[in-house]
Amino acid sequence: MAGLSDLYQEMVVDHSKRPRNFRKIEDPVRTASGYNPLCGDRVQVFVKLENDRVADVSFQGVGCAISTASASIMTEAVRGKTVVEARTLFERFHELVTCGENAARNGASLGKLAVFSNVSHYPARVKCATLVWHTLRSALEGDEGTVSTEQ
Amino acid sequence: MNSMGTAVSQRGSANSKTAWDVQTVRAAFPILKQKVHNKPLVYLDNAATTQKPAAVLDAILGFYKHDCSNVHRGVHQLSERATDAYEGARDTVRHFLNAKDIREVIFVRGATEAINLVAQTFGRRMLGAGDEIVITALEHHSDIVPWQILCEEKGARLSVVPIDDRGELRMDEFEKHLNPRVKLVCAAHVSNALGTVNPVREIVRLSHAEGIPVLLDGAQAAPHFRVDVQELDCDFYAFSGHKIYGPTGIGVLYGKSALLEAMPPYQGGGDMIRSVTFEKTLYNSLPYKFEAGTPHIAGAIGLGAALDYVTGLGQERTESYERGLLAYATEALSAIPDLRMIGTAREKAGVLSFVLNGIHPHDVGTVLDYEGIAVRTGHHCAQPVMDRFGVPATTRASLGLYNSREEIDALVAGIHKVKETFS
Repeated sequence: MAGLSDLYQEMVVDHSKRPRNFRKIEDPVRTASGYNPLCGDRVQVFVKLENDRVADVSFQGVGCAISTASASIMTEAVRGKTVVEARTLFERFHELVTCGENAARNGASLGKLAVFSNVSHYPARVKCATLVWHTLRSALEGDEGTVSTEQ
Repeated sequence: MNSMGTAVSQRGSANSKTAWDVQTVRAAFPILKQKVHNKPLVYLDNAATTQKPAAVLDAILGFYKHDCSNVHRGVHQLSERATDAYEGARDTVRHFLNAKDIREVIFVRGATEAINLVAQTFGRRMLGAGDEIVITALEHHSDIVPWQILCEEKGARLSVVPIDDRGELRMDEFEKHLNPRVKLVCAAHVSNALGTVNPVREIVRLSHAEGIPVLLDGAQAAPHFRVDVQELDCDFYAFSGHKIYGPTGIGVLYGKSALLEAMPPYQGGGDMIRSVTFEKTLYNSLPYKFEAGTPHIAGAIGLGAALDYVTGLGQERTESYERGLLAYATEALSAIPDLRMIGTAREKAGVLSFVLNGIHPHDVGTVLDYEGIAVRTGHHCAQPVMDRFGVPATTRASLGLYNSREEIDALVAGIHKVKETFS
């Protein structure tokens, strides 16, 4: 079992208290909302695409430290990526938070996102980390509905 | 190992006027001896479910080991024993609630099913288009959704009595919600999210003055103090076994016999019939009319053992101990900077709901879990209550008769740890 400080690493606490790109993008090309009915967390993701690349990305909403930090670090990680690259990154991130660092291939290439590797030890918190990514994917696919963690 | 020995000796001591010894009480609960994350388990999630004393575990295992059989059918020895034990448990419930008649005690899966039973039988028969059902803003989803489903089906209206900033029911508003179109009033005896004790005697008195029957959801009340349905004069009372130190999957609906007699059956099947032909079926008498199929026999027996345990300990003593513990915990938590109590009603039982400034309840719950402390975080199946206080969720510590002041101290230390983690 990982220690508590492995889950709430300094970077996670920092991003949860001072989330980056916590703003609305006016006239976004794409936006989508996510909702976790079990804990009431809500997030909205805004994406501006240029030539199939994420030119700008931001989010707003209320959530726990894990979900806020995940959203904040996600916006930094996907900026400049193509839509396909962003989707691939989500797949790797999902593997990381569900299976852990050892199981996740290419763990090193996840960069800052690797800070969430210990989420895999807390199954109840996986949805906190992935809600914003599901919401991003929905925005990139142009699905305007609300993503829910409970289908 | 402690098993029957401890439970029996405890029952013996309950009658003597000895002081409450929480360590003796704890010894009756095998699960409490464990460590979680290498820390002693501090179980403060009793409003979600309670742990079971050895007496309950032994009763369930004893049934399956020695008496397992179906009830109300066989002429053989085991079936007679199973029937005696099952009906004995029903009589224990009757005593526990002080119901007038054993036929007024119906075994169900839990308080949720009890409320659904009333909605689908009494409600379906009594409610018409334009009628109303009155509930309170404190209700658990299980006392909201069955009525919404029914109202939608019947073209009826759900009318909600508001609460104030302390989480107390607005009794001045309550009276205004009563009118000739109201067919039933439903109220939590104790709120699961806030711990507010509702003024149920007043609710019953005012409703009956208008000729309206009352259903009380006692899931969070029965574990904490004595419930006397004749004294309350309520028409229906629901509670769950697992929240009062009994097993999951068993609960009770009490109903006044005159009402139950007039209601159609809930589910069709075996045991609820007197005779069946393809042309016509005659229904069984109370309470069996509402107990289709093989019941949760072991569950009922376990519930009986749980109620014996609770009454053996002395409900007045338990109530007085828990009241002191709640006051101690309320004072200790209120002294923590940046902590806001949600629900500060003057009459409360068992529940401490709170938020920490700038820290999400899920993070609070995860850090506390790491300290071995089990609390509930989220909306507690009472989203309208959360909305009323403008929070998406709270952290809820809920007390049981085995919790100690040391455990409250551990909770306070845990909350300071939470604050350090996110400072």
